[in-house]
Amino acid sequence: MPTGAADRDAVPDRRCVLCGGAALALAMLSPAARAEDDNPARSARPQAGDLLAFFEGDHAGKVIKPDDLKAGGPPVIAWPMEPKSKVLRDGSRFNQVLLVRFDPAALGDEDKPHAAGGIVGFSAICTHAQCTVAGWVADKQVFQCPCHQSRYDPKNGARVVFGPAPRALPALPLKLDGGSLMVAGPFIGRIGMARPGMG
Amino acid sequence: MGVIGKGVKFAFAASLLGGVFTAPAIAAEVTNYAPVTKQRLENPEPGNWLLYRRTYDGHGFSPLKQINTTNIKNLVPVWTFSTGVIEGHEAPPMVNNGVMFVATPYGQVLALNAKTGDPIWRYKHQLPEDLFQLHPTSRGVALWQDKLFLAATDDHLIAIDAKTGKELWNTKVQDYQKGQYMTLEPLVVNGKVMVGGSGGEFGVRGYVAAFDADTGKELWRTYTVPAPGQPGSETWSGDAWKTGGGSVWITGTYDPKRNIAYWGVGNAAPWPGDQHPGDNLFTSSVIALDPDTGKMVGYHQYHQNDSWDWDEIDSPMLINMSYNGGQPFDALVHPGRDGYLWVLKQMDEGQIGFVYGKPFVGQNAFKSIDAKTGRPTVDPEHKPTTGKDVSFCPSLWGGKDWPAASYSSETQLLYIPANNNMCETLKGKKETLVVGQLWLGADADNAKLLPHDNHIGELQAWDLKTGKQAWMHPFPKSQLFASVLSTAGDLVFVGGTNDRMFHAFDAKTGKLLWEQKTNSGIMGMPVAYEVDGTEYIAIQSGWGVDAQRIQDMLAKTDLKLDPDVPQGGVVWVFAVKHE
Repeated sequence: MPTGAADRDAVPDRRCVLCGGAALALAMLSPAARAEDDNPARSARPQAGDLLAFFEGDHAGKVIKPDDLKAGGPPVIAWPMEPKSKVLRDGSRFNQVLLVRFDPAALGDEDKPHAAGGIVGFSAICTHAQCTVAGWVADKQVFQCPCHQSRYDPKNGARVVFGPAPRALPALPLKLDGGSLMVAGPFIGRIGMARPGMG
Repeated sequence: MGVIGKGVKFAFAASLLGGVFTAPAIAAEVTNYAPVTKQRLENPEPGNWLLYRRTYDGHGFSPLKQINTTNIKNLVPVWTFSTGVIEGHEAPPMVNNGVMFVATPYGQVLALNAKTGDPIWRYKHQLPEDLFQLHPTSRGVALWQDKLFLAATDDHLIAIDAKTGKELWNTKVQDYQKGQYMTLEPLVVNGKVMVGGSGGEFGVRGYVAAFDADTGKELWRTYTVPAPGQPGSETWSGDAWKTGGGSVWITGTYDPKRNIAYWGVGNAAPWPGDQHPGDNLFTSSVIALDPDTGKMVGYHQYHQNDSWDWDEIDSPMLINMSYNGGQPFDALVHPGRDGYLWVLKQMDEGQIGFVYGKPFVGQNAFKSIDAKTGRPTVDPEHKPTTGKDVSFCPSLWGGKDWPAASYSSETQLLYIPANNNMCETLKGKKETLVVGQLWLGADADNAKLLPHDNHIGELQAWDLKTGKQAWMHPFPKSQLFASVLSTAGDLVFVGGTNDRMFHAFDAKTGKLLWEQKTNSGIMGMPVAYEVDGTEYIAIQSGWGVDAQRIQDMLAKTDLKLDPDVPQGGVVWVFAVKHE
């Protein structure tokens, strides 16, 4: 079937899965990390034991400590970091993580099993059109996607509370190990849209 | 007319089971394909639709007249085809000697038998899984020789074999992970495939680039925002040029006589002008490029220091006209997003002169227009700025967004798909640019549309010779967000309303003559074509993108529109039923 998909696979430098995530964050990486451009760890999804590092700002690429997160928000966007090599998993936007901290008592039942010290983690990729969910509505304590205004409630499993998004943001289980914030397991659920074009 | 039919060769035999026909995998090919040449693009046959607006001058006019004001009442659907995807289906169905090529959202191209609707092949570009979808659409494939060219949303330009649907080359234009993407139909001039980049909302620096049609090799790239030291750089401050916007996302028009391509350029980024002081050349402008070299030979900036998100992206139509009884001249005509109908004058060396600018919708941002230069004097009370709620008319979607107007050489009227009576409030805010993330510089979440009449959408007809409106048809409780087709049958076709209708009007009087409710809302571009002596009208129905964004915002106003306009793409083809 001449869809072109097979032909495309034969041509290199197409998918660009290893060609870098956010350029700003990349620019902040250590020379050692930049030397890892071809490291498949960069595109691998977050795994148990991964650290989490700032995606943007003055501390981009630096490991996030629990105290870096202010209770009640705002959230920060993070890249998972392979703990031994310190390689950021920045090879795919699908690895961007939203972290936000609350009073543990304020978390709903859906969040409690995956939270660590009141910190919850979710995919930062909107389930509607895959924009980065970079907005925060402070008075309602909900995430907001800037592209189509979908809102997600992080205290209740990041379920959709407004807008066209069809489902919640996948949760990323977290743990505290000796005071360090770490990933406890893979994303729960599919990241991004169900299937391009199909809702 | 050598086409398909007998010329269709199925690569896989369809299986016949107990007399039940199992639909074949779409895997046939076109034989006797008519290569698209320079001569054909400059003088296209009446029955084909080979360019974005059929002709290089951008008129969106068909000389076919079998379907006319007398028999339009008998216009009926003759076939439909589901594209299988949702979101905004904006592309014109391109037709070359009985073969239709349809681009859809999510990087798909369909080749269909234009007479029967039977599929010939289907191309699916494999988009990266982590691609964002701010504008999931395609505005069409371009045709040249025996190839098609698709500008995909992952910022790859792809050449496809028109006969087989196989990919021939694939060139990365820029990096989608930095917010760069493409949605436009490329413009091909003499073997050079020109494209522009979207991403003004992500702080990109806009450009037009040309690629070799045979190899995909980049030939030149001209940025719409000058670097320090380049002409126009004095209109920028500091490093603002690096993220200055000026995206290019609608197909250019082309004048073969002067060998000049005209491109509309988007707004400056981020939205509020106080965050990028200066005139900000060449944003919100038309630029004239030599297609051989990319050299900019002229420009006209419609308005300076854009603050309203008014991309002046729609390329000007090339119309030979006179004004107020004067001598005929070669005009560049642009019904602007800023709500003004701009008439400019082509000069032989590429320079662009000003003739007139007149508001075609309620507009309160310009106090006046300089009669000599066309430069607006802006009312600061209605110019969005950082930290302050400002109201302005028309809204950020403008008097007319990207959907194309049409000019009929028969009626000598210009048909504008306008949105009137819709103002907006917006507050600018400082935001740090994070590469690959939306960067508007404004609190879009709390922006409000302010409709102040029962109707917003207007199909307007303008007499360019007098600069006056000839007729107007209002659409109650709906925006009008779709491109217009006019034909020599004295008809004007347009979808664009939230009631899913496809409408046909008398081109001379504006009388509504015919309507058809379709599966979804229409934001596509109608075309007319002919196969075996029969005239057809084709349109994609598939609502989404900014038509839906307006719908969502109008749902929060006193108009209380239902935000749920059904989605899902279908190609519709109509012909007159003989009595």
